[in-house]
Amino acid sequence: MALLEVKNLTISFGGLKAVDNFSVSIEKGQLYGLIGPNGAGKTTVFNLLTGVYKPGSGSVELDGHNITGKSTIEINHAGIARTFQNIRLFKELSVLDNVKAGLHNEFKYSTVTGILRLPSYWKVEKQMDERAMELLKVFDLEQEAGTLAANLPYGKQRKLEIARALATDPKLLLLDEPAAGMNPNETAELMDTIRFVRDHFDMTILLIEHDMKLVSGICEKLTVLNFGAILACGDTSTVLNNPEVIKAYLGE
Amino acid sequence: MSKKNSSVNAKKKINIRKFLKGDLLTYLMVIAVYAVLQTMVATGNMKSLYQGLLVPMCVYSIMALSLNLTVGVMGELSLGHAGFMCLGAFSGAIFSKITSDIIAVDLLRFILAILIGAAVAAFFGFLIGIPVLRLKGDYLAIVTLAFGEIIKNVVNVFFMGIDKNGLHLSMKDEMSLNLAEGGKTIMKGPQGIVGTPNDSTFTIGVVLILITLVIVLNLIHSRSGRAIMAIRDNRIAAESIGIHITKYKMMAFVISAALAGVAGVLYSHNLSSLQAQPQNFGYNMSIMILVYVVLGGIGNMRGSIIAASILTILPELLRSFADYRMLVYAIVLILMMLFNWAPACLEFRERHSLKNMFAGKKAKEVQ
Repeated sequence: MALLEVKNLTISFGGLKAVDNFSVSIEKGQLYGLIGPNGAGKTTVFNLLTGVYKPGSGSVELDGHNITGKSTIEINHAGIARTFQNIRLFKELSVLDNVKAGLHNEFKYSTVTGILRLPSYWKVEKQMDERAMELLKVFDLEQEAGTLAANLPYGKQRKLEIARALATDPKLLLLDEPAAGMNPNETAELMDTIRFVRDHFDMTILLIEHDMKLVSGICEKLTVLNFGAILACGDTSTVLNNPEVIKAYLGE
Repeated sequence: MSKKNSSVNAKKKINIRKFLKGDLLTYLMVIAVYAVLQTMVATGNMKSLYQGLLVPMCVYSIMALSLNLTVGVMGELSLGHAGFMCLGAFSGAIFSKITSDIIAVDLLRFILAILIGAAVAAFFGFLIGIPVLRLKGDYLAIVTLAFGEIIKNVVNVFFMGIDKNGLHLSMKDEMSLNLAEGGKTIMKGPQGIVGTPNDSTFTIGVVLILITLVIVLNLIHSRSGRAIMAIRDNRIAAESIGIHITKYKMMAFVISAALAGVAGVLYSHNLSSLQAQPQNFGYNMSIMILVYVVLGGIGNMRGSIIAASILTILPELLRSFADYRMLVYAIVLILMMLFNWAPACLEFRERHSLKNMFAGKKAKEVQ
């Protein structure tokens, strides 16, 4: 059974159908791409999947559980984590604390324990530090653990965002334009990182991307959106050679 | 590889040690200043005029710490913090007056009064938080601004008395309390509360500052504090990693209100006659506390204590300037602001900081 099963998802803003009858089925461990011209509704799909918007109709099932219309927080607990198109880090927190914030629901102790610094505070904080450093190491960020997130270079901020999302121990990771603003070298490195994340964490990844090199390089399947509706769907090479898709991207 | 690991661990340890050191320095600063001032009092080297400022210094330090939790850590503006202080002051004073005959041990009664003041202020903080903290934007500032004024005005028309039948309340006048023979009036509207036991001492004030510091600093470095600051930095991202926004904002705001209540209790037990007036619980006081926070550095707890203490003593120190007192006060404020925030001053401080002097000294020793 598919890990993520989306059926006929629809949302309208006023008279505009931003997403119209969107369906997708993603298997566990798959690297799935969502592409389409600007304004096609890709990020809106992400916002629907993560509960930022409530769908007008349709259903979302994650790992057999219906999560349609649940809140962002509930959906994160159910196992979906995401990154953002415009990076959203906790800028005044250190790199380590950003990841530890992601571990918020993985390692718990009460506020009173924290204020009184009871023994379990030290124990759990130590576990959090260890887990966070492990994650930072995957992204080669362990040297920057004490740096403020705002002071990281752009490429590393993108990586930190992925690390923070992974800290919530998701089943499905949504990446919104992870390569935006990166140079070709950084993009190549990012491709390796994404592949590594999939293999190392046994992760299922759905990503939005405009960089065709990245898409054709790592995605196994693609869905193309145009004006909110699905234009094509299937194996990456088939989809990218589809004349309709080429027309939508490049014009006649 | 192992070498790399150890260097990473070392670096991490340094970071942890750095922030613990920062906290420790704050505690030590408070204790050192306390020791110096207390010695001056004991040896008779302090004028009674200044002795009278010691408790207010503690009161406003706690207020500044409390507001800094809302402004610096939670990232929301509260313009009615004096309102919470007012609630704490009056509820604590009422409790002490009622129980002054029942509880003989002053310290025990005062501790209970502090807890009650904190609880009442926290409860009102919670009530305000329910609608306001769900909203995005500057609504907290607007609502707390109104709240502070309302509390002050309500207290001014509030009458309370006690007799053998129990408590009597009125919002009209003393007569309508209908007290039985032998009953006593506790609170007389605009005349406030007279004869609150004088339980506040400088020592208790400093202990309360230290407790406040422990609560605020430990909260910041805990899981909940991280969640609060994550929400401050990016609400949407915080939600996406499963942090309950309203819950943690509420937690920060209620703790902040409770601490302001504690400051209020300390304040009211330092005065024999307590009234709610614009200058002690009004809008101006709320802004004054905000000035302490901004001047000391938003999010900087040590700075809040320093700024609150200095600005509490300053008007008295400037008494010799007579009519020009407030003018000089304003100039000092501007100078302090420049010293804290102007780039040139920041650079100067960086170059001549104590840390660098010590580092330089160490380097020389090594040579």
